Amino acid sequence: MNRLSRLTSTHIVYLVVLLTVIVGTILVGSVGRSFFSTGNISDILTGTSVLGFIAIGQTLVILVGSLDLSVPYVISLSSLIAAGIMANQGANVLPGVLAALAISALIGLANGLVVSGLKVHGFIATLGMGLIISGYLATNYQGSSGQAPLSFRLIGATGLGPVPISTLIMLATAGLVLLMLNRTRVGHHIYAVGGDLGVARMSGIRTRTPIITAHVLCSVMAGLAGLLLAARLGVGSPTIGSQGGYDLLSIAAVVLGGTLLAGGKGSLVGTLGGVLIFAMLDNIMSVMQINPFLKDVVRGLVIVIAVAVYARRTVITRPPRFEKSSTTPAREVSA
Amino acid sequence: MDKEVFPLESRVNTPVVLSVSGLSKSFFGIEVLKDVSLELRSGEVHGLVGENGAGKSTLMKLLAGVHHRDSGTIELSGAPVDFSHPTQAHEAGLSTVFQEFNLLPDRTVAENIYLGREPRSGILVNRKAMLERTRELLDQLGITSIQPSTPVSNLSVAQQQIVEIAKAVSYDARIISMDEPTAALAGPEVELLYSIIGRLKERGVAILYVSHRLKEIFDLCDTITVLKDGEVVGSQPASSMDDASLVRLMVGRPISAYFPEVTPGTIIGEPLLEVADAGNEQLDSINLALRTGEIVGIAGLQGSGRTELVEAIFGAAPFTRGSMRLAGEAYTARSTRTAIQHRVALITEDRKSQGLSLNQSILDNALSVIRSVFPGRTNQARQDAPGVFSSLEVIARDLDQEVQYLSGGNQQKVVLAKWLAISPRLVLLDEPTRGIDVGAKVAVYNLMRALAAEGKAILMVSSELPEVLGMSDRVLVMRDGLIAGELSPTSTEEEVLQLATGARTEETPS
Repeated sequence: MNRLSRLTSTHIVYLVVLLTVIVGTILVGSVGRSFFSTGNISDILTGTSVLGFIAIGQTLVILVGSLDLSVPYVISLSSLIAAGIMANQGANVLPGVLAALAISALIGLANGLVVSGLKVHGFIATLGMGLIISGYLATNYQGSSGQAPLSFRLIGATGLGPVPISTLIMLATAGLVLLMLNRTRVGHHIYAVGGDLGVARMSGIRTRTPIITAHVLCSVMAGLAGLLLAARLGVGSPTIGSQGGYDLLSIAAVVLGGTLLAGGKGSLVGTLGGVLIFAMLDNIMSVMQINPFLKDVVRGLVIVIAVAVYARRTVITRPPRFEKSSTTPAREVSA
Repeated sequence: MDKEVFPLESRVNTPVVLSVSGLSKSFFGIEVLKDVSLELRSGEVHGLVGENGAGKSTLMKLLAGVHHRDSGTIELSGAPVDFSHPTQAHEAGLSTVFQEFNLLPDRTVAENIYLGREPRSGILVNRKAMLERTRELLDQLGITSIQPSTPVSNLSVAQQQIVEIAKAVSYDARIISMDEPTAALAGPEVELLYSIIGRLKERGVAILYVSHRLKEIFDLCDTITVLKDGEVVGSQPASSMDDASLVRLMVGRPISAYFPEVTPGTIIGEPLLEVADAGNEQLDSINLALRTGEIVGIAGLQGSGRTELVEAIFGAAPFTRGSMRLAGEAYTARSTRTAIQHRVALITEDRKSQGLSLNQSILDNALSVIRSVFPGRTNQARQDAPGVFSSLEVIARDLDQEVQYLSGGNQQKVVLAKWLAISPRLVLLDEPTRGIDVGAKVAVYNLMRALAAEGKAILMVSSELPEVLGMSDRVLVMRDGLIAGELSPTSTEEEVLQLATGARTEETPS
């Protein structure tokens, strides 16, 4: 435990990633397949891209002390808007993408304004926003609609070697967000506001800016995930987001990545580790043909154990001055 | 630090940098500040004293732009100002060190100091420049023990307080107001603070200094302003006042003896608590005996293991070796619940996070321990509560009021009432008078004497040496997790400090 306490949670996440790779190699090998085959690696990475986008955004809102439960509906809405505008016309790809992202950004802006201005906690604000969008989707769309042209569908289907283009876009986005978090004022202020709103205010930070920024970016990330799903499916779908359970799954990935649910502490790199762990677990269990319900059991265990480990680490704040057992022979502790 | 270092004459002719006149402020119809006026000169340390609830914190918050005044004027170097946000005060050269820490524990020292105005190159934050500037700032103030890249959570409470002060200085402030900057400091850190204040004076910075420690007020201040019930009741050169006259102004009545005499009839009896060779990860070789009717003080620097000792006895961070006996029977404090069942009480150092549920009522707070450990006695305790509160002179609208709206002194009385409800045999007090006003302090002292007279044993941890020496029958001094020695209450503060810092060593008492 002592050595463990010197590692940051990001270190632990990547140790777990490594452990998952080892376990995966053995298990996948045991059914006569290779964990490291091009096809399998490509499968895993494909699994990271959609959740990756969403978890990047979720990391931002959680760091700033909020939460976003509206992401599944933003994903669905984005896929429908994009596929609807594109209508199988290659020339409409750009307008479709821009419209989907703009609408997503507006939803994020609304979330951010409600959270920062009306002081409604993100949990409630985005729950409400999610319900509103969900109602709109159910009223206006009976099923899949729109059509993504081939040029757009290629994004979901091609790759550089085993690495899908979508994963590369996700990683590039993560790089930009990482730069923003660590090297720009608004990034520092996201940590500050999530850490302690009062302290941030007293330090002269306009506390609404980081909250709104985080929410807008989070919704845009969900919008990107929706675009990616539209590219894969070739159509927009009103249920694609909620079916994936992306709201809770993305929060779980963020927390698994070592970010404090209360905000102010955590890292995007950790989140990516969390996403990778989930993607590998999914892959291993699919290859092993494990009952899908058991998948959730495993996911659940991983999340709870990980957070318990982090919690234990934060308790150890002071280095011990003396050995736990005596320096001089201990007397029997009386009952 | 001697007065002579900053002679009075040096400030007489310096320009007025802050002039406040006719300042008033009400909250919910209650007037907290009435027609307050004061002047602060460049290079002057201006003491602001008064009981809790006298309006000192409100005054500082008005100056800092946290609250907005109802009437009156604030002028900085002759120009009227009207701050509606702390940033504006900072930009105008007025920074404030508040009582509550304003630091983010998970960010580094440099990130905390430059929070909200991070140096940039282009749109990116220039971390190198931020670290360098922080290093320069700390060097200027003579702070060598703190590294700019350390996360604040790795610093001691005292170091955090120093960072807080460095942050205030970093705004290039011409005026710095400090609300009880030494509340978390002991010994060497207080000296560091004195030297920082000395350096700031040399630069012509004016300092508004709030403290409950009268010694500091007289050590540091050139002028003292006394607030009582929101009004200025005196503003004079420090040299024209002494402890007694200052206290008289603050409470409006003379306090003949600051520390009450031992209650007649108090008998120091049999040992109640005996600790033998006990230790854990923070403590070692703890041997002590505490008798009924006895008040034992524990002195020591911040981090010397004082709090850890009372927490171990209370089972919050139990001993992992050694043994304890309570009233002759083996006593193992495995958990706080066991301790409470044995009728041991701990009044914690941190009232707001460990002593009270701030958004619950006075009554709920007072009943919280008895409800959870002795539920059968809850009704009795509820009936007794009004009597307990009136005997403690708690000033509140009614018992349904949320404790967050009480003053520090009244909050502490609620904590005491909560523990009195279990009729404790052993009372552990950790900094029982931190951040409370003189009147409430005396009430706490009187209560301690009364408890001793009833035959309870009392162990009190305190950073305030006059308090330790004034109240204790014996004084234990801790250093580095060990009991460094035992002194009699007739010892001097210097003797205690020598033992606490290791400048002098003494046999561990058997």
